[in-house]
Amino acid sequence: MKKYIVDLVVTENCRPHENYCLLKLTSESTLPEMLPGQFVQVRVDNSPTTFLRRPISINYVDRKKNELWLLIQLTGDGTRQLATLTEGCRVNVMLPLGNGFTMPEITSGSQKILLVGGGVGTAPLLYMGAKLKEAGFAPEFLLGARSKEDVLQREAFSAIGTLHVTTEDGSLGETGYVTSHSLLSSIRFDRIYTCGPKPMMVAVAKYAAREDIFCEVLLENTMACGIGACLCCVEKTEQGHVCVCTEGPVFNIKELTWQI
Amino acid sequence: MADLKVNIGKLELKNPVMTASGTFGYGLEYADFIDISSLGGIIVKGTTIEHREGNLYPRMAETPSGMLNAVGLQNKGAEYFASTIYPQIKDIDTHMIVNVSGSSIESYVACAEKIAGLDHIPAIELNISCPNVKQGGMAFGVTCAGAAEVVKAVRKVYQKQLIVKLSPNVTDITEIARAVEAEGADAVSLINTMLGMAIDAEKRKPVLSTITGGLSGPAVKPVALRMVWQTYKAVKIPVIGLGGISNWKDAVEFMLAGATAIQIGTYNFVDPAASVKTVEGINEYCDRHGFASVQELIGALEI
Repeated sequence: MKKYIVDLVVTENCRPHENYCLLKLTSESTLPEMLPGQFVQVRVDNSPTTFLRRPISINYVDRKKNELWLLIQLTGDGTRQLATLTEGCRVNVMLPLGNGFTMPEITSGSQKILLVGGGVGTAPLLYMGAKLKEAGFAPEFLLGARSKEDVLQREAFSAIGTLHVTTEDGSLGETGYVTSHSLLSSIRFDRIYTCGPKPMMVAVAKYAAREDIFCEVLLENTMACGIGACLCCVEKTEQGHVCVCTEGPVFNIKELTWQI
Repeated sequence: MADLKVNIGKLELKNPVMTASGTFGYGLEYADFIDISSLGGIIVKGTTIEHREGNLYPRMAETPSGMLNAVGLQNKGAEYFASTIYPQIKDIDTHMIVNVSGSSIESYVACAEKIAGLDHIPAIELNISCPNVKQGGMAFGVTCAGAAEVVKAVRKVYQKQLIVKLSPNVTDITEIARAVEAEGADAVSLINTMLGMAIDAEKRKPVLSTITGGLSGPAVKPVALRMVWQTYKAVKIPVIGLGGISNWKDAVEFMLAGATAIQIGTYNFVDPAASVKTVEGINEYCDRHGFASVQELIGALEI
């Protein structure tokens, strides 16, 4: 897919949580095609200690409004600077980068599909869920968080598919981690897509491997260029070290060398 | 429109702006964003005779106005380059220069010989300054004897333009520059990354898998500029300046300090169009100051 560098304009920047901002961006021209699982590189101007772009996964693309949504976890000076942007600000973005999730064959519409997310890793699952629904599937989401207020975009997820939740403190959904949710022992899924903290993804991958379920994970390795030039974001795979930014960020668990 | 042509040995560049090895892939990675053939040259990713997996992840740490990397020369080897990459890049209308690295004199020579056979590669940049591999690399570049030995051996088998990339991690870079000049290098490029380190205070662990790594980006620019100026005064061969160059103004500063050409490295990550913007900016600078040729800038620092 052709990649672009574009100046986008902020239409809205809200704070669904003290550690997150939801940045909505638009363009005078039609936004290029973007696939769920792909990411963008956002240039951060006026950040005191950072100068590299921030790789952010695509949370949602609203074609009617010509809007790109980025759900950003505020982890350092760069992302905190992005949280201060207001309506009308211009943001320089490289997009779309990397490869998206593998969509199921349209003909097998009865497939049971589960999207498992934790932390900011839930962000790309919203767009993936929306695309699955558009294609006629009925995606189910299983989102894990520390507490009720950490489960972000609940309404948006519920509008697309069935939402299951686990919280560590039991304030919403089942108590515990995603992999202990009763859903996994009651339904046999055909496909699992997951993104979140590494221990969570490893646990999901183990479950999928044991049950012989097709499973793709979206990795978030530290990156510099985002286009396969610097070779910093590598993941060890069956083919050796490969760039997450160009060979991923989506990988089938069979390609990885995780101990699962 | 000023005349932007410069010469590196027998190589004529259409303008003095090149891209630094390890920051620009094989050029193709940037082809969606810019016309890569409009550059003076492209130094492709460090290549070794053997396939190298590089260092373990994590390999990158962002630092104020810079970054540390510890890639460790990951590449698929000279044979793969020749058979698979070269056919894709050989017709790009700019100088495609291969950065050649090794871990012994023999491996440098073998790699240089392999690349010498590729008609559309008019020059190599000999990397005697990579700080991220245990054997070789920088080990050759930090002593005059080591630098001279590897350049001498490669010079015997490599007849095209030989650029030697120098390490800043030395007491006096001009001595190393003179040593490689004496062995027949056609040009020197400097600086490679500066050895640095990053620590995660919360985890009480190093950020990089290799503990130390190479610092690049705007943070190193003043050091690079100083070394270019010192080296320009010490040798007769052309000096190619790099280290933290982000825009035309930085590029002009390096040329005034004595660089015949410059390379843009880490800043390509921030702005993939930085190199072409720099070409435009240098041209505007020459027009504004009445320089008919960009060559008038070389070493024109007024002291």
